[in-house]
Amino acid sequence: MKLFDEMFEALKSQSAVLESSSNLAFDLPLREHYRSYAQWLAQQPNATMQARRAEAEMIFRRVGITFAVYGAKDEDGSGTERLIPFDLIPRIIPAQEWNRMEAGLVQRVTALNRFIHDVYHDQEILKAGIVPREQVENNAQFRQVMMGVSVPNQIYSHISGIDIVRAPTASGAGEYFVLEDNLRVPSGVSYMLENRKMMMRLFPDLFSQHRVAPVAHYPDLLLETLRASAPSSNTEPTVVVLTPGMYNSAYFEHAFLAQQMGVELVEGQDLVVKDDFVWMRTTRGLKRVDVIYRRVDDDFLDPEVFRANSTLGVSGLMRAYRAGNVGICNACGTGIADDKSIYPYVPAMIEFYLGEKPILNNVPTYLCRQPDDLKYTLDHLSELVVKEVHGAGGYGMLVGPAATKQEIEDFRAALLADPARYIAQPTLSLSSCPTFVDAGIAPRHIDLRPFVLSGKTVQMVPGGLTRVALKEGSLVVNSSQGGGTKDTWILEV
Amino acid sequence: MLSRTADHLFWMSRYTERAENTARMLDVNYQTSLLPQSDAVALVGWQGLLSISELLPAYQSKHGDVVPEKVMEFMVKDESNPSSIVSCLRAARENARAVRGALTTEVWETQNQTWLELNRMLKAGEFEQDPAQFFEWVKVRSHQSRGVTVGTMLMDEALHFMRLGTFLERADNTARLVDVKYHAVESDFFGAATDKDQEYDFYHWSAILRSVSAFEIYRKVYRDVIKPERVAELLILRADMPRSLHACLNEVVENLSVVVAGTSSETMRWAGKLQAELQYARIDEIEAMGLHAFLTRFLDRVNDLGGRISRDFLMAEAA
Repeated sequence: MKLFDEMFEALKSQSAVLESSSNLAFDLPLREHYRSYAQWLAQQPNATMQARRAEAEMIFRRVGITFAVYGAKDEDGSGTERLIPFDLIPRIIPAQEWNRMEAGLVQRVTALNRFIHDVYHDQEILKAGIVPREQVENNAQFRQVMMGVSVPNQIYSHISGIDIVRAPTASGAGEYFVLEDNLRVPSGVSYMLENRKMMMRLFPDLFSQHRVAPVAHYPDLLLETLRASAPSSNTEPTVVVLTPGMYNSAYFEHAFLAQQMGVELVEGQDLVVKDDFVWMRTTRGLKRVDVIYRRVDDDFLDPEVFRANSTLGVSGLMRAYRAGNVGICNACGTGIADDKSIYPYVPAMIEFYLGEKPILNNVPTYLCRQPDDLKYTLDHLSELVVKEVHGAGGYGMLVGPAATKQEIEDFRAALLADPARYIAQPTLSLSSCPTFVDAGIAPRHIDLRPFVLSGKTVQMVPGGLTRVALKEGSLVVNSSQGGGTKDTWILEV
Repeated sequence: MLSRTADHLFWMSRYTERAENTARMLDVNYQTSLLPQSDAVALVGWQGLLSISELLPAYQSKHGDVVPEKVMEFMVKDESNPSSIVSCLRAARENARAVRGALTTEVWETQNQTWLELNRMLKAGEFEQDPAQFFEWVKVRSHQSRGVTVGTMLMDEALHFMRLGTFLERADNTARLVDVKYHAVESDFFGAATDKDQEYDFYHWSAILRSVSAFEIYRKVYRDVIKPERVAELLILRADMPRSLHACLNEVVENLSVVVAGTSSETMRWAGKLQAELQYARIDEIEAMGLHAFLTRFLDRVNDLGGRISRDFLMAEAA
């Protein structure tokens, strides 16, 4: 039997989905919120969908919605720009599910910001023994330079990308799990916006038939959030977006967001710190900068404090920041809260700071630094997903059920050599979604990254970026490893 | 606006204009080569084309003798030649990409589309199949780029720096183009040794006119046979001829006057002076001075003006 667990009622195990044939079985019981779309989809000839897909690709190329892969060459052997594959079939989430998820996201991100503030000030949570002190202070992501620094609204992670998957619980019901918090420089929001634009262009009729919650006001919310992070003295703050430059993989997004907000896109070389204030070099001399939406990692921000050889940042930036003369979004040192070894403590943070039960689930996580967890992990390698604590982009991980014996043994050796570098989690049966691939419509695994904005309030646009693992059976959705994206609909039904 | 942004915009326009002018020169030489003429005369044309772009040594070290097909390939497809059409359009697109947020969607997409289409055409061998058609395409894309810029950009500093780039480059290119005639006939500027040469002379001068789309304009303005001094006057001194040095300097002065802040009045003075000289010059005076000498001096001064604009606006000021 064929199962598309986002579209169909019964959520069976992953193997059942993968073993089935590749034709979409519209006679299966549909989930309510997919009913109308599935009906529409069944009427679309394959040739029409092919043509739409070609059209989308042509437009993305012309618009230059590309990302750069470091050191890679394109088909002509000349450039390094690639398209992120865009899938025509939207991922649909019913409004009532979203409302709950949104409440959970507000709760979680609020607690994470409280945690970062606490870590760099009174450290109540460490004193209470809820998060082990050495896990924080010996962590490479802990920034001593942030101790005692006060930031506007006590917000550190202004833009948070929370990775969420849907998977069956023991009872077989679908449930959302937070897989990872991204609190440093989460990217992908431009694809969320461009995917919606593309869908409206390709299939306008769908939007007259469905009440899809709009997302296009994201840049407005972002600008509002950034302006709220200005040093308090300034009522008309100048905001800039700081990019590593046009060869960065997310350059399109940096340029896009700056343009949509109507602010300057700057590089490190355009900024200068004088008398502990930040200035940009313009055709009319120096101009004060109040808020920097930086898309450059901590390590490269200020050669005076971090990597001395970095040319991407600005010398003296941290002086200006500590003096309270410039806002940096996200703040330095947020990595302490999205580190994979801190992740297991997030539910406890929510209870500690907010006195509330967590709304969103965490995935059970084994910290290999702890002997019991390490033993369990080593005994169950073929069932678990093992990740590097500081890994990103889907690299440096072992997906036990999909790995060869040799890969498992190699990983075992690496684990034993440096257990503290790893965590392990059960392999979740990530939900899949009908996806238009070369062979037709087939199930592919997806996740969801909503973008949560924290300024004076915590807010977000409905939905997020749905990433899809285009390779059959693959669980890795990262664009650097063959992942694609889909439009995400929050639907009133 | 950011100095770096202004710099990218300025160079984006310069490179687009340069690609167009390269296409114009190649087109004229290509068209001329279809006329019955001696190999020697044809060779002088191709060689002149390389020398006005100061590329003769680079060409010779790579290809040796001047061969029309090789020159065309060198000036169109050779990525190691910074003045080739492919290099110019790549640089224009890279500059545009670096500041795509400062451009309207239409301007950026036009630049990007040009680049994508160029790659497709070169790969498909469309240049070799029909060079004239290819040169026409380069010109049309340049027209489109200028048109979409003027038609969609907010009339602020960004637009003015782009326009400055366009007209400084065009002034430079037109001056070089007129000078090429000097390269071709050397000391024999206004004279003609034989009747036959005079006939060729007509074709060369009319080719220059065509390369700046001015053949019909010449007839309309002068209602006369093609006379070298009138061609020179049209392309240097006529303010109503859109590719003349005078017209270019008028545009430069106009755009510069909008962006100057107090500190750069010296640059404004230089631009104004150069413009005034063109405004009040007479072609017989230029003749007396020698056309080549005049153009060489003009090129130096346009170059200097570009340098001043860079220093005043486009370079990151030391803190």
